[in-house]
Amino acid sequence: MAELTLVEAVQCALARAMAEDERVVLLGEDVADDGGVFRATDGLLARFGRERVRDAPLSEVVIAGASVGLAAAGFRPVAEIQFMGFMLSTLDQMVNHASRLRNRTRGRLTCPMVLRAPYGGGVHAPEHHSESMEALFAHTPGLRVAIPSSPSKAYGLLLAAIRDPDPVVFLEPKRLYRAYREPVEDDGAALPLDRCFVLREGGDVTLVSWGAMLKETLAAAEALAADGIEAAVIDVATLKPLDMTEIARSVAQTGRCVIVQEAPLTAGFGAEIAARLADENLFDLLAPIKRVAGWDTVMPLPRLEAHYMPDPARIVAAAREAMRHR
Amino acid sequence: MADAAPDVDFTLRRAIGPDGEVVGPLPDVASDREAVTALYRAMVLTRSFDEKAIALQRTGRLGTYASSLGQEAVSVGVAAAMAAEDVLLPSFREHGAQLQRGATPVELFQFWGGDERGNDFKGPRGDFPVCIPVSSQLPHAAGVALAMRLDGGGRAAVAVCGDGGASKGDFYEAINLAGVWELPLVTVICNNRWAISTPLARQTAAGTLAHKALAAGIDARRVDGNDVLAVRAVAAECLERARADSRPALIEAVTYRLGDHTTVDDATRYRDEAEVKEHWPQEPIARLRAYLVAQDWWAKEDETRLLKESAEEIAAASETYLALDPEPPTAMFDHLYETLPPALAAQRAALAGGTGGDG
Repeated sequence: MAELTLVEAVQCALARAMAEDERVVLLGEDVADDGGVFRATDGLLARFGRERVRDAPLSEVVIAGASVGLAAAGFRPVAEIQFMGFMLSTLDQMVNHASRLRNRTRGRLTCPMVLRAPYGGGVHAPEHHSESMEALFAHTPGLRVAIPSSPSKAYGLLLAAIRDPDPVVFLEPKRLYRAYREPVEDDGAALPLDRCFVLREGGDVTLVSWGAMLKETLAAAEALAADGIEAAVIDVATLKPLDMTEIARSVAQTGRCVIVQEAPLTAGFGAEIAARLADENLFDLLAPIKRVAGWDTVMPLPRLEAHYMPDPARIVAAAREAMRHR
Repeated sequence: MADAAPDVDFTLRRAIGPDGEVVGPLPDVASDREAVTALYRAMVLTRSFDEKAIALQRTGRLGTYASSLGQEAVSVGVAAAMAAEDVLLPSFREHGAQLQRGATPVELFQFWGGDERGNDFKGPRGDFPVCIPVSSQLPHAAGVALAMRLDGGGRAAVAVCGDGGASKGDFYEAINLAGVWELPLVTVICNNRWAISTPLARQTAAGTLAHKALAAGIDARRVDGNDVLAVRAVAAECLERARADSRPALIEAVTYRLGDHTTVDDATRYRDEAEVKEHWPQEPIARLRAYLVAQDWWAKEDETRLLKESAEEIAAASETYLALDPEPPTAMFDHLYETLPPALAAQRAALAGGTGGDG
C-alpha cells in the first residue's frame, strides 16, 4: 500500500476516477501542463490527454459555469479553482445554477460536477489565499460540501464526490497537502458522503471539527488524555447535508461539546452544529456548548496569521472549561 | 478550418423590408412556400401565446411574465435553423424558440405560472430552461458545446442573451472560452435596444454589439432581427460551421422591444411612446405577411384561419394549464438531490405532516 500525502491522494483519486469513467473531465487554470499550482493534477495530462485534462482561460465563472453545462450534457466535470478566495465569483454559478438545475427541471437536467479548491490558512500565503468560507456553500440547498481531513479521507471522499449524481463542493485543506503521509490503498473504494467519522472515542467531552483543524483537535485530545480527560473527536467530513447522528450519539454520552473551526466565529458552520445540539440534545448537555474559532476579523496576512489560527491550547482550555460542569 | 481567421461581418444582413419588399439577397428558403408559411405560423403562434400569457397575468392566473412582442423573428428564425439534436439555452424572452423546439404552450404557461414541472419538457429533453440571472446561461452553453465536441461533434449549442446581457462578464468569458477551445457554440444577442429602462446607448460604447466577437476571436454577424428570413439564414450559416468545423460565432440580431420589460414594468416611465410608435411598422409578423401576400401565397382566408387556429390552440393550452393539479408540497424536497439525504428526511416529513417543520 502506497504512503501518500493528501495532495497525492487527491491526484490518485482523480486518476482512478478518470480511468474508470471516460466521462470524467478535468478543467481549471494550469491543471494540464503545470499539473495544478499544488500539483494535484500532476501527470494526468500525460495519462489522459488534452481533451480530458483542460487548461482553462483565467475565468473562474466559466470554469464553474461550463462545468454546469458539461454535467447537464452527460459528463462528470471536476473543476479546480486555485484558491478558495477566488471561488466567490463562482457563487452565481454554484448557488443559482449547479445546486438548482435538478430541482428547476424536476430531474430532467442534472449537475453531477465537483468543484475542488484548496482552502484555509497556515501556509503563509498572500491575501485571498487563506480563507475558510465553507459556510457560504453549506448554506446552499442542493449542494454537497465535503472536506477531507487526511490523505485516506481525501481519496475516498473525492471518489464519492465524483461518482455522486449531484454537485459537490470539495474543499481541500491545503495546510495538510504535504503535512504527512499515510497508507492509502488505491482500491477505488469511496467513503460515504453525508456521514461524520469518529476519529477517537471518549466519554468526557466531544470535540467536533473538520478539515485541517482536526490536526489541532487531535493534538488537544492527546493533551487532555494526559490529564485523564477522555475526548471523543468527530470529523464532520460532509458539512452539507449535515448528518448529526454521530455527533448527537457522542454528546449524549459525554454531555459536553467543543466545536472547532478555522473560519471566523459568527455565522460559521459551528453555529449550525451548536444550534442543532441545543435543539435536539439540550437535556444531554452538562455544560454550555463551546466554539473555538477564528476571530471575527479579516484573515490576516502571514505576519499575524499564527495569532488568528485556533491552536490546541485554546481547544484544551475550552474543553477544560466544559469539564468544570458536572 | 478551425485555424482560419475569424470571419466577421458587421453589415446588417437583410432579406425583406418592412413592406415585405426584397432588400437583400434572398436565402433559398424564401422560395419555399411551405417553409416560409411555417415561419409565419410559428411567429403568429408566439404572439398568440404572448397575448394569452399577459391576459392570464393581468387576471391573476400567471406570474410575472416577460413579453416577446416584436422579437418573434429572432426566436423563431434562430430555432428554425437548429437541428433537433442541437441544444437551446435561452434567456427569458425566447418563447418563440422554445415553442419551435417542441416545448408546449402548456409547459411554458406552467413555468410562468410558478410550477417547476413546466421545465420538464417532454420534447427537447436537452434544452435548458429559462435563465433569469442575465447571461449566466452562456457559460453553461460553452459547457454543453464542449460536451458535444467531446462526444464527436456534429451538433451545436445555441445561447441567447439580450443587449444588456452583452455587458456581463459571463458573456465575454463564455465566448472567449468558445474561441480558445473551438467550441460549436452560436451565441445570439437579441438586441431589443432596452435593458429594462437602460437604452443601448447607455449600455455600451462599442460600435455594434457584434464587435464584441473581435475580442474573443470568433466569427461575427449582424442581422435585421425583424426579418425572419435573414435571421434564419444567418443562424443556419453559423450553425453549419459550428457543427461541421466546431467554429463558434456571435450573432447580433437587431430588433425592438415593443412591450414592457415584464408585466411588472411600465415602460412609459422611461421610454417615449413616440419611439415605440416609430418601431411598430418594422415589426416582423406584418412584414412576413406582406412578403407572403406579394408571392401570392397568402389570402385573407388563410390569415383568418391561422389567427383562429392559433388562438384556439393557445386557449386550449391555457385551459389545460389552468386545470392542472398542483404538485404535492413535498416536491420541493424530492428533486433537490437524486436521493433525499437522511439529514433532510425530518424536514420533509414535517412538511408532509403539516407540522410546520420547526422541530
